[in-house]
Amino acid sequence: MAVKTLTIDGKAISAREEQTILQAARENGITIPTLCQLNGTSNIGACRLCLVEVAGVPKLLPACVTLVGEGMQVSTDSEKIHEYRKMIVELLFAERNHVCAACVENGHCELQDLAISVGMDHSRYDYMNPKCAVDITHKRYGIDHNRCVLCGRCVRVCDEIEGAHTWDFQGRGANTRTISDMFVPWGQAVSCTSCGKCVQACPTGAIFRRGSTVAEMQKDRTRLDFIVTAREKKQWIA
Amino acid sequence: MDLNDLLEIAEKENASAKPIRLRCCTAAGCLSQQGDAVKNALQQAVADADMSDRVEIVGVGCMGLCSAGPLVKIDPDGALFEQVQPEQCASIIASLNGGGPAEASVGSDDIPFFSKQHPIVLENSGRINPERIESYIAAGGYQALFHSLREMAPTDVVEEISKSGLRGRGGAGFPTGLKWATVAKMKAERKYIVCNADEGDPGAFMDRSVLESDPHRVLEGMAIAAYAVGATQGFVYVRGEYPLAISRLKTAIQQARRMGLLGTQIFESPFDFRVDLRIGAGAFVCGEETALLRSIEGQRGTPRPRPPFPAQSGLWGYPTLINNVETFANIAPIVSKGSEWFSAIGTEKSKGTKVFALAGKITNTGLIEVPMGTPLRTIVEEMGGGVPNGQVKAVQTGGPSGGCIPAAHLDTPVDYESLAKLGSIMGSGGMIVMDQSDNMVGVAKFFMEFCMDESCGKCVPCRAGTAQIHKILTKVTDGRATSADLENLRSLCEMVKSASLCGLGQSAPNPVLSTLRYYPDEYQACIDGGAAAEASA
Repeated sequence: MAVKTLTIDGKAISAREEQTILQAARENGITIPTLCQLNGTSNIGACRLCLVEVAGVPKLLPACVTLVGEGMQVSTDSEKIHEYRKMIVELLFAERNHVCAACVENGHCELQDLAISVGMDHSRYDYMNPKCAVDITHKRYGIDHNRCVLCGRCVRVCDEIEGAHTWDFQGRGANTRTISDMFVPWGQAVSCTSCGKCVQACPTGAIFRRGSTVAEMQKDRTRLDFIVTAREKKQWIA
Repeated sequence: MDLNDLLEIAEKENASAKPIRLRCCTAAGCLSQQGDAVKNALQQAVADADMSDRVEIVGVGCMGLCSAGPLVKIDPDGALFEQVQPEQCASIIASLNGGGPAEASVGSDDIPFFSKQHPIVLENSGRINPERIESYIAAGGYQALFHSLREMAPTDVVEEISKSGLRGRGGAGFPTGLKWATVAKMKAERKYIVCNADEGDPGAFMDRSVLESDPHRVLEGMAIAAYAVGATQGFVYVRGEYPLAISRLKTAIQQARRMGLLGTQIFESPFDFRVDLRIGAGAFVCGEETALLRSIEGQRGTPRPRPPFPAQSGLWGYPTLINNVETFANIAPIVSKGSEWFSAIGTEKSKGTKVFALAGKITNTGLIEVPMGTPLRTIVEEMGGGVPNGQVKAVQTGGPSGGCIPAAHLDTPVDYESLAKLGSIMGSGGMIVMDQSDNMVGVAKFFMEFCMDESCGKCVPCRAGTAQIHKILTKVTDGRATSADLENLRSLCEMVKSASLCGLGQSAPNPVLSTLRYYPDEYQACIDGGAAAEASA
């Protein structure tokens, strides 16, 4: 095992040669914003939020897939990088219909956190207002495409950890949609094991557990009646 | 099969040629204008006139001058007929028999369009029958493969290509020899050769034409490459919109396999090489090498970050050499004639020739091949004949990844570096000429719409950025934009260019940035016009 020494934002650090810049930074308490990255799944370098500058390299490099190198001088917070991150977050907010006030994830959302961390108070871009579907055919979970940022975490967690590969993408560009099986409603996706890993992986409120969203919560009073009837009349009926 | 067999086939093919030969273009451009009906009519006319003992009609590939198609060329006396109609065919045949002049418009091949060309890649195009391997062999085909396999070590072949200075013809211009050397040095139990024939730039049709006109040349180049780097399996990834190229490639692969020029123990050497076709399903992004490789693997065609480069980890994780059609088409001549011959052509940093597809507002549309470093003016005004009844305003090179070069820069030599300096790229070779009636903001919007539709959707800057750029451009052309929108447009273009994952996104802003650079007045006029309309309303 070889160790490389490098500097990130001027701080001298050491890292194992198979580590990425992102891993090395995190180990040393340096925060680089990410969205598509999810520990335990493969890195795809898609959200471009973790782009960093490396001295001597003309291009910006995604920290999540770039390995550390000896003598590397990494800068994670130049004015340009900060501006690009802000633009990317603004693009995400303008792309679909992100209404935090009416979202199940409000207050725990990674996209919302990102917006706060890059200092975004509005999007300079026009809202695209696309028509997006909500799929609540699954018994326990739902997916609201209005809130999907196409990070692909659900796709990878389902494929690489659960091994079901229920999720994938269809279409391209702005028309890309996360689909279950061969584009059937989630409830009819036979490969889905209902494990709920995608719910945990989703950075926004796009994939959620049903019964907990605004206006969806319903109390089941018949459960009480059932127990009382069973106790008092010894009748096991609902 | 050895060299003597090749020479024997060539001799037999040449001996069977009849004294008079009429070459009919049967590439897609002429076929779309009844080229096949012309060929049939000529055949019928020969039969009717009872001349089949000395006249033969041969379907050949592209002769280049697509705007004058269908083309028919007579050997050996050299008459070239343009825009031939089936009903004119009887008189053409009669004229061979002294029956008066043919009632068809006669063109000349002594015009700059032809005389200024330097055909290497296209040397057989329009001359040989692309559906007969014998025709290619008669033109010296597969001798370079024999020469490589039986007289050169793999390292010698790599060395020869490196010395030639050949650079990738797909657009980026990476040194071909260096790529080959990298794959050759990799230690792996198997390696792959991939030919990128997913040509997708609007206005570009060089690779289609090469595949339709001379498919064996590409196969031979791939086989030489496979020998040089130690691969045994090749794939040609052709876009599905090229049915004729696909069918001719299929025929070519079958013929080469039957003759033992593909398959096992080629030319009685221990070298095995098999080639299979993979058909693209219409995604532009699959021309990007990592997306193309995923598509061959049967996955969704989306790019992935590099490194690792395909030369290290390509198809199914094995080292893979991926080159463009035109690059492979240059290989056999380099091996046959030597790297010195090749590197004497072109400029210091860009060697050899480049095929360009001329399109747009230009008199002679079609395919040309010129030495690198030829001034843009020679190509557009002399060879292309300029704009009919007008002036050249700009030349768009490199398709949606390239930029617009204004007429003031027409004296620029066409090579990788000079075009990059002007904010455009060499690209794969599409060249679209524009005149005064073309609005440059509209041109930028057209290409941005293309990129927006073709973005794979994986990375945010390209997926959401191209859509926003298109939206701002629409505002500009609609006269609804403000100066702040222009500022947003510029900063967004810079961000998409630097932050996108693959070449598609990184180059998508080029048409906008280059028109902003050379035609700022046209953008400003849209804004001022919109403001004026609002004030008067």
